[in-house]
Amino acid sequence: MRFDLQVIASWIEPGSRVLDLGCRTGSLLAHLTEEKAILGTGIEIDEQAAGEAIAKGLSVIHGDIYEEIEDYPDNAFDYVILSQALMQVLEPEALIREMLRVGRLGVVSFPNFTHYKNRLQMFFTGRAPLSKELPYEWYNTPNIRVIPIIDFRRFCKHVGVPIVKEVAISTHHHDEQGKVITLLPNLFATFGIFMLGQGR
Amino acid sequence: MDAPLTAGPACLIFTGMSEYVDQIETGESVGLVEKKFFTFGEEAPLVLESGRSLGSVTLAYETCGTLNKDKTNAILVCHALTGDSHVAGFYDENDPKPGWWDLMVGPGKPIDTNKYFVICSNVVGGCMGSTGPADENPETGRPFGASFPVVTIGDMVRAQRRLVDSFGIDILLAVVGGSVGGMQVLEWSVRYPHRVHAAIPLATTTKHSAQAIAFNEVARQAIMADPKWNRGDYYESGRPEHGLAVARMVGHITYLSDESMRHKFDRRLQDRVELSFDFEADFQVESYLRYQGNKFVDRFDANSFLYLTKAADYFNIENQYGDGSLVAAFSRASCRYLVVSFTSDWLYPTYQSKTMVKAMKKNSLDVSFCEIEAPWGHDAFLLPNTRLSDLLSGFLNKICRHCGIGGAA
Repeated sequence: MRFDLQVIASWIEPGSRVLDLGCRTGSLLAHLTEEKAILGTGIEIDEQAAGEAIAKGLSVIHGDIYEEIEDYPDNAFDYVILSQALMQVLEPEALIREMLRVGRLGVVSFPNFTHYKNRLQMFFTGRAPLSKELPYEWYNTPNIRVIPIIDFRRFCKHVGVPIVKEVAISTHHHDEQGKVITLLPNLFATFGIFMLGQGR
Repeated sequence: MDAPLTAGPACLIFTGMSEYVDQIETGESVGLVEKKFFTFGEEAPLVLESGRSLGSVTLAYETCGTLNKDKTNAILVCHALTGDSHVAGFYDENDPKPGWWDLMVGPGKPIDTNKYFVICSNVVGGCMGSTGPADENPETGRPFGASFPVVTIGDMVRAQRRLVDSFGIDILLAVVGGSVGGMQVLEWSVRYPHRVHAAIPLATTTKHSAQAIAFNEVARQAIMADPKWNRGDYYESGRPEHGLAVARMVGHITYLSDESMRHKFDRRLQDRVELSFDFEADFQVESYLRYQGNKFVDRFDANSFLYLTKAADYFNIENQYGDGSLVAAFSRASCRYLVVSFTSDWLYPTYQSKTMVKAMKKNSLDVSFCEIEAPWGHDAFLLPNTRLSDLLSGFLNKICRHCGIGGAA
């Protein structure tokens, strides 16, 4: 399992109710079900991935996260997870508010755009950065947003969403291993992971 | 029925509903099965939702696999509009085709008869062995015909419950069915929430759209406009074969899709190279529909067709159980759901499945949903589909784990 998912998994209390937005084939949900006996649900837009997740015995809704999340009652979940999808979200504030309506806590992970390698690439080549975490050209990227860790913090403050916990990690996208970055994370971390609370 | 395999390791079937795909490889068969009959209601008649009652009700049913000691491995399969109890296997060695869902029910198949005890019964109002309008009315000594009471999906399910009771089964592991069978699945899950662990409604709806009712009404009118229908009293004078054939043709169109018809027929001509300039069946699609209509007449009773389409039109879970609210209706339910729709199904389009999924979610029910990309229209649930097979077997395995059911009985 991806290292960022391992970190997220370590945050989840046993026996809790978890909603995974964009769960793909359900590896995080399967892990949490096995290891922590959670009650998990996933939402996945790709038929193949959703089908595989259901065939694994997971509870998954094949559909669009923005539409599907609306149906859940308030506080239906303990955690709502959005891993490596925030870069593709059209209305981040609305989605994060919705996550914190249906869940007590939200967990968000994303690639840190201002990793030093991206900065060097831009500085020396003058081109948009291409990295293992963000491996697309401008014309084929599904990502519509670039998110530095410090900007995400500013965003949370601006919209009044409390950050309960955060960790920055350095890893390869497909690597199952990585390490926590404490020194200058906005420079040295490849991913930021945040736990968000409901606030007032 | 745990008969030895006699049909060989692989068999071919003609699909039950549309016969769109001429031959399907169905794999290892459950073997020989036998149609049985269960009769109840002599002491306590079945009071129908219409208020009328049936004094003695017979259900034709078949079983495959073995019921375990604790009676916890039973799966009820509900057939679609014109289906029957013959879900899988063969009646004898010379039987040319197996049951209508042989590709899904059998040893090692998604509904694995090595693990599960499968029950399938013909619905009340049908004509495949269960009590219906073609049966004798004990009060008159003549066939019921149009004097048969109108039955509902709820009545069908209540009759099935008596059959399930007769096996001593308290809780069904799952209820599975597509189309009108899916309506019965939904009915089971809200009418008897404590008697089903899991429900799998496929290609179905919580209520017919105006469009679906409209097609059914055209089909019914085709039957009733046939002079031989004779207000339902035709069992001695000769059956309304033409009306029933036209009714089937109408229904059949709704089971296909624009794409599947284009693929199979396009505008190709049947047994000719140019247009006839008369009313022969010029086009292959005409010839095909006529063939399907005529073949249907051999196996189906016109009055049953009227009653069963009416039952489907009347089905409305939100009015019956939720005072107009689907969310309130599903608040009665407690089972786990797997809901499946198909992209090209325009009879019960995906939005109708999504509506039920939404109501289930609002009740915090455990539900999985998948819309399968398939070009074959409503009939897709009867055709070979790896995705559907994987969904069913994976979901049922999960239910087994939750219910602590191991391997074979």
